[in-house]
Amino acid sequence: MLKINNLHVQLEEEDKQILKGVNLEVEPGKVHAIMGPNGSGKSTLSYVLAGRPGYEVTEGTAHLGDVDLLDIEPEERAAAGLFLAFQYPVEIPGVGNMTFLRTAVNAQRKARGEEEMSAAEFLKVIREKAKTLKIDADMLKRPVNVGFSGGEKKRNEILQMAMLEPKMCILDETDSGLDVDAMKLVSEGVNALRDEGRGFLVITHYQRLLDHIKPDVVHIMADGRIIKTGGPELALEVENNGYADILSEVV
Amino acid sequence: MAVKKQINTAETEARIDTLTLPQAGWSAASRADAQARLRAMGMPGRRDEYWKFTRPDALVQATAATAEVVNNDEAPLMDGQPCLRAVFVDGVFDADASDDLALEGVEISRLADTSADIHWAQSLHGTLETAGQTPVARPLAALVTAYATDGLLIRVTGNPSKPVNVIYNRTSDNADVMLHHVIKLEQGASLTLLESGPAAARLGTVMEVDVADTAAFHHVRTQGRDHQRVAATHVFARLGTESTFKSFTLTANGKLTRNECVLELTGDDAVAHVAGACVGDGDFHHDDTVFVTHDAVNCESRQVFKKVLRNGATGVFQGKILVKAGAQKTDGYQISQSLLLDGDSQFLAKPELEIYADDVACSHGSTSGAIDEEALFYLRSRGVPEEAATNLLTLAFLAEAVQEIENEDLRADIETRMSGWLERHRS
Repeated sequence: MLKINNLHVQLEEEDKQILKGVNLEVEPGKVHAIMGPNGSGKSTLSYVLAGRPGYEVTEGTAHLGDVDLLDIEPEERAAAGLFLAFQYPVEIPGVGNMTFLRTAVNAQRKARGEEEMSAAEFLKVIREKAKTLKIDADMLKRPVNVGFSGGEKKRNEILQMAMLEPKMCILDETDSGLDVDAMKLVSEGVNALRDEGRGFLVITHYQRLLDHIKPDVVHIMADGRIIKTGGPELALEVENNGYADILSEVV
Repeated sequence: MAVKKQINTAETEARIDTLTLPQAGWSAASRADAQARLRAMGMPGRRDEYWKFTRPDALVQATAATAEVVNNDEAPLMDGQPCLRAVFVDGVFDADASDDLALEGVEISRLADTSADIHWAQSLHGTLETAGQTPVARPLAALVTAYATDGLLIRVTGNPSKPVNVIYNRTSDNADVMLHHVIKLEQGASLTLLESGPAAARLGTVMEVDVADTAAFHHVRTQGRDHQRVAATHVFARLGTESTFKSFTLTANGKLTRNECVLELTGDDAVAHVAGACVGDGDFHHDDTVFVTHDAVNCESRQVFKKVLRNGATGVFQGKILVKAGAQKTDGYQISQSLLLDGDSQFLAKPELEIYADDVACSHGSTSGAIDEEALFYLRSRGVPEEAATNLLTLAFLAEAVQEIENEDLRADIETRMSGWLERHRS
């Protein structure tokens, strides 16, 4: 599903290499986790895949199915089925959450040549999904993420994911800033979306999130490369011993 | 305060040379006074401090430049909804196109109808404009008081069931129009006044609004699709105790638009809000000049102005809050912001506070910025194409001004017009 090959990325504004040859393949139905110390390039990888400006790909490829992600605009990547849950969801004053979501859902449908969702149908679906994430009507009406608590912002990301039904979900430190209850709620939201056609790439610092969202594969990223890949036990190893052992193994 | 060194006598005489000062009727004396005021002030010139950011030439020159009539495919405000329609064509009231000017709680007559002897209008005509000439001269307003050929005289004694909807139409490329509306709201009365449509190639207006104690005046206006329009409009309002004044203007297109609003809060606990949203592309110069004087206790005033500019368009904001000695517990707020969609456009702002009372809360802010790149990427990452995302963020930027409109239907009408403009003016 998601296939990343020898991806090299540097910042546009400074000559600083951040990703130094990332290779990764996520199969449909699987959850892959990426762990790694600060500054290893995890968030950069998610941004580059989503098409955030400011990065320059100097080498390598990234495909979602047959689609060459690096060749198309962010909105086209979204329409192709890529979704990034932001580590820091952006506040957009003046744009209602509901308007935003409906615009997004219908823009994607339009891009794929599908029929737009009617206002009534949209309302029915979003109410249902919001309820399971404990997002109340007021949060749906308020401007996007404005005045939301950290937990509310992350739940709102998952609501967007649920509404947009992407093929490939990237979660960038979705656990950061969450208390135990919120993490459980968010994880349940993610788990509800797991199915055999959908892939997940979960970026996190901590094993704790992976207790709730059980990964099939765990990668350790350091200094712009994936240096080790294993099963769920690899996350436990990190939790118990830190990154130092793994890093020294490789070097 | 800027001291004017030189009076532009030649320009002033050239401007009024072709105009006729009505000699008869109840307004004759007031008009003669206005003409004398105008001569004493002289027409605005480029050296005037108050015209530092806006060149008055097109407004001052003896004859108006031709401005092509744009097919008025934009519907009037609240089209098809209950309201009393008063239609002006090339600055002349058109009785056939208008509704019968009868509405419970309101008396409406025409300025051009000199046969009537309208005492209330006679005692109000020109007085708020005159008061508004201090401390800053507004010669173009005096020009209108002296020479306006038509306009509405509206006295509100009750709470009419529907708005008075003033609709301006144009048929002539050369229409050089001056209109003067005089409005008096008696104690406890209320009125919603709407204005829309392309009025003239060159338009000068004065609207004097006397809002008595506990009365409420709501004003929503659109300045629409006539690209070559030049206009100088003036609103002068005086607010009594516990009265309300709210005015909102949407400006799209137009070569040169100067909207002056002069408000004086003279009764305690009065509330005055003036807001404007403008969207300009290319050969577009838009100037909001506002002067709010607090001369009573516990009054609130808000100025909210938002401008979206692209392709070399220019936006100007000159806004002042003057709090006189004794105007304690004043709550004054002023914000002017521009969204510059490219590097060619400019926004010039001069926010001013002058405060002589010691127990007041006044704030002002002015910003210029581009589209928020983070927000733009966030929207695009959800599948919203760049242009639609930019439009969404642009409307969001304008929202604070539009929120000042209390009536939900009117707000929706304005939002639809703004979206339409964005659709037509693709980057």
